[in-house]
Amino acid sequence: MADQMVTLTIDGQVVEVPKGTMLIEAAKQAGILVPHYCYHPSLPSPAVCRMCLVQVEKLPKMVPSCVTAAGEGQVVHVHSPEAVKARAGVLEFLLINHPLDCPICDQSGECELQDFVFQEGNAAGRYADYPKRYNPVENFGPDILYIVNRCILCTRCVRFMESVALEPVLTISERGDRAFVDIDHDRLLDHAWSGNVVDLCPVGSLVSKDFLHKARAWDLDKTASICSGCSQGCNISIDTRDEVVVRLRPRPNLAVNHHFMCDTGRADYRWMNRGDRVERCTVAPAAQPVAWDTALDTMRGILDATDGPITVLFGRRVSVEGLGWVMRLVEGKGAVSAMQLPLGTTAPLAGIPDLALRAERGPNAAGAALFGVGTDWERTVSGLGPDHLVLLVDVELSDADVAAIASVARVLDLATVADPRVTTVCRVPVTNMTEETGVFVNRDGRAQRFLPARTPPGDARPTWWVAASTWARQDAERLVPATAAEAFALLPETDGLTHRDLGFGGALLDHPVAAVGA
Amino acid sequence: MGWPHPIHPRETPVLSTHFGEVEARTHAGWVARGGYEGLRQALTMSPEAITEVVKASGLRGRGGAGFPTGMKWSFMPKEDGQPHYLCCNADESEPGTFKDREILRWTPHALIEGCAIACLGIRAEVCYIFIRGEYTEPGRILEAALAEAYAAGTLGADAMGSGKRLDVFVHWGAGAYICGEETALMNAIEGKRGNPRVKPPFPAVAGLFGKPTTINNVETLAAVPQIITRGAAWYAGLSLSSPKSTGTKLISVCGHVRRPGTYEITMGLPMQDLIFDLAGGMHEGRTLKAVIPGGSSVPILTAAEVATCITDYEGIAAAGSLLGSGGMIVMDDTTDMVFQIMRLARFYAHESCAQCTNCREGTAWSTRVLERILRGEGQPSDLDLLLDLAENMTGRTICVLSDSCATPIVSGITKFRSEFDAYLSGARAPALQEA
Repeated sequence: MADQMVTLTIDGQVVEVPKGTMLIEAAKQAGILVPHYCYHPSLPSPAVCRMCLVQVEKLPKMVPSCVTAAGEGQVVHVHSPEAVKARAGVLEFLLINHPLDCPICDQSGECELQDFVFQEGNAAGRYADYPKRYNPVENFGPDILYIVNRCILCTRCVRFMESVALEPVLTISERGDRAFVDIDHDRLLDHAWSGNVVDLCPVGSLVSKDFLHKARAWDLDKTASICSGCSQGCNISIDTRDEVVVRLRPRPNLAVNHHFMCDTGRADYRWMNRGDRVERCTVAPAAQPVAWDTALDTMRGILDATDGPITVLFGRRVSVEGLGWVMRLVEGKGAVSAMQLPLGTTAPLAGIPDLALRAERGPNAAGAALFGVGTDWERTVSGLGPDHLVLLVDVELSDADVAAIASVARVLDLATVADPRVTTVCRVPVTNMTEETGVFVNRDGRAQRFLPARTPPGDARPTWWVAASTWARQDAERLVPATAAEAFALLPETDGLTHRDLGFGGALLDHPVAAVGA
Repeated sequence: MGWPHPIHPRETPVLSTHFGEVEARTHAGWVARGGYEGLRQALTMSPEAITEVVKASGLRGRGGAGFPTGMKWSFMPKEDGQPHYLCCNADESEPGTFKDREILRWTPHALIEGCAIACLGIRAEVCYIFIRGEYTEPGRILEAALAEAYAAGTLGADAMGSGKRLDVFVHWGAGAYICGEETALMNAIEGKRGNPRVKPPFPAVAGLFGKPTTINNVETLAAVPQIITRGAAWYAGLSLSSPKSTGTKLISVCGHVRRPGTYEITMGLPMQDLIFDLAGGMHEGRTLKAVIPGGSSVPILTAAEVATCITDYEGIAAAGSLLGSGGMIVMDDTTDMVFQIMRLARFYAHESCAQCTNCREGTAWSTRVLERILRGEGQPSDLDLLLDLAENMTGRTICVLSDSCATPIVSGITKFRSEFDAYLSGARAPALQEA
């Protein structure tokens, strides 16, 4: 291994990196961010923005650190006066035609042009006496506007469509300072993954119509989460403003989704903001809310009294913790179970292996398999009879499901949203994935953690807590896990992994994952 | 010079011997003048032997950089099992340069023969001649000559009966100056936007279609057949000056001279003689003010610098400029240097491919500042601004287009500062009206 590593000095710090590492990445290892625009770790590097120029001793010219490989014994200066001056010069050039409309720009606050100008730019530009270039805003696609005036021509969007989406609908038209990003005039930017160009854009040139003027970046709270749209398990950030989810963005994970997420997942956030949530526990026949103690005692009583068949129906977004503790609650009672797993079309991101919008539109079917919970929903529902006890866990029911459940005498409902068509013995409010900590297991068997982004409504508690608390009431020796991390660690099916082990990148479970889907 | 003027006694016709002879354009006419003898010999030689002859001749790239041609060929990998390509750069777009045009329109077979020999030297079977889109007349003549060469069996699957494949294709440019940059030219041939590529990898490693490629200028390749037939020593002996600058050079002289045109000189001729003797000197009552000796991208020389300048790679470098492509722009005392420099900057601003920030924005901004000075609206700080912009445009980009724009600005301000000051102080009336 040693001969495949090179040692170099960057701004006085000695770093050792694998041979072939570009200077810009080597500098990151030294904790130094070389300002850049066109470079992106998941795209080919064209070295056109000239922002990442650094000085390397013994080389006659400054070199772009994004395409210059680290060499043994190199001495690199990122912050030498010459390099800083060169970058200030580039920033001044970039600002020539960039409108200073930051107050109405969506990117403001998370804009790389703002950041680096603030960090290294000149206090004032010298291009004061000329009008800036003006071009009208262009409609690029169903969710994308191109604000030409703000464009700094880094070509990240062009390269994404060309080299990652493998659908080259964008290009640079014209030359010189008249150049702009152009779209095939017969096409739209409507590829299933095209929303990524908005994230890739370092400035506010490509903006999402959905997010347009919705919130300022500095008002947003960002929470690490996992997309619940399909079994791919793309790592995302849930961006909230005052408890309202305003957008989802991809969070880098090279093992799962690189830096990308699909448009279907990106748009899948409106359910998170539903206002019609179950907030209180209710026990039939009274309509009045009851305390958790009453509800949990009721559920324990019903379960203890049941010696008939039990059927557990899980919604598609129930966490590993929720699944594990509900299944523990009904352990030894011969319960039948199934998780909802709607199917849809697939949409691969062609340039990246093993990345696609998957047909299985649930994030945790592999997690359900850990506990013997299958996805044969129809057969499970059609097997319901009048003597069944049905446990619903955050499900969305079709008319057929409702008809099948109508024959059942006793329904316990752990619900986020109440279905008025279903009569329940006991209904308790549970949190959804945006309000709790938990783990999903994706189709590759990778267990990944998500964190709470919002405050739960009313009395809502995590599913695992509801199940564990009911379970604990059956025996005085039993203790309720205090946290989701404890709830996870106490499940033997999770291979001894802990939330800490999963970190933010997730970890592969040891034992093979049952095939997902029908 | 040849047509329409007789060859000047101080010229050394090698490439230009048959300029003006219509029959030389035909295959038969070219063979009658000793043409394709070089190719016949080269077909019996090994690639190493061909490369060695070219190396020994001291031939250097005539497109502008002056890189030793034989050495460039020797960079090509040996038996590596993949196709090699030759590109001929006939995208002669440098302002003031029109020497390749004469080769294309009068002796197209010299170029075709040179391409064929170079292919043998670098183990390529295919050559692409990338010709400037505006060169309709020379291009048609070249295409006609190519068709004749194929019809005569000189090119094709069995070139001259040797059993070797030699194919030469013409690819028409669409009018972008930047496509004369070697890697942009390759992108253009591949059907992509003509943007220069980041180097490394260099063309000899990954060039056209990602394969090892050599790219040479028209004039360079056209000189190769005679180097093969007459020998490296003959060519190397043609120099009047430095052993590093050998052979002859076509110089296209334009501007304020009595006889503008393309002159073939041996390396080492004094520049003064070239301008005042061969090109006929200044018009009545005018005096020499400045010369841009090697196409618009090189530093400007003053009359005093020209007086002692030797016309070869080293001589012009010693005078502070470059031989470049050999496109010589001569300016007399009536020239408004500020206007000339603005005109050059405007050209580069128009032709910047828009990839690199410094070039895209710097060329346009410099042009605007120069236009402002010419409108009489310049500010005292403008010259420092221009020099600072030039610094940010030099050595900071993928290719040298932005450097080429900065070079005349810097040398212009340094050498003709009083003319700028005249505009800035209002001593001189504005040369430009509203933009």
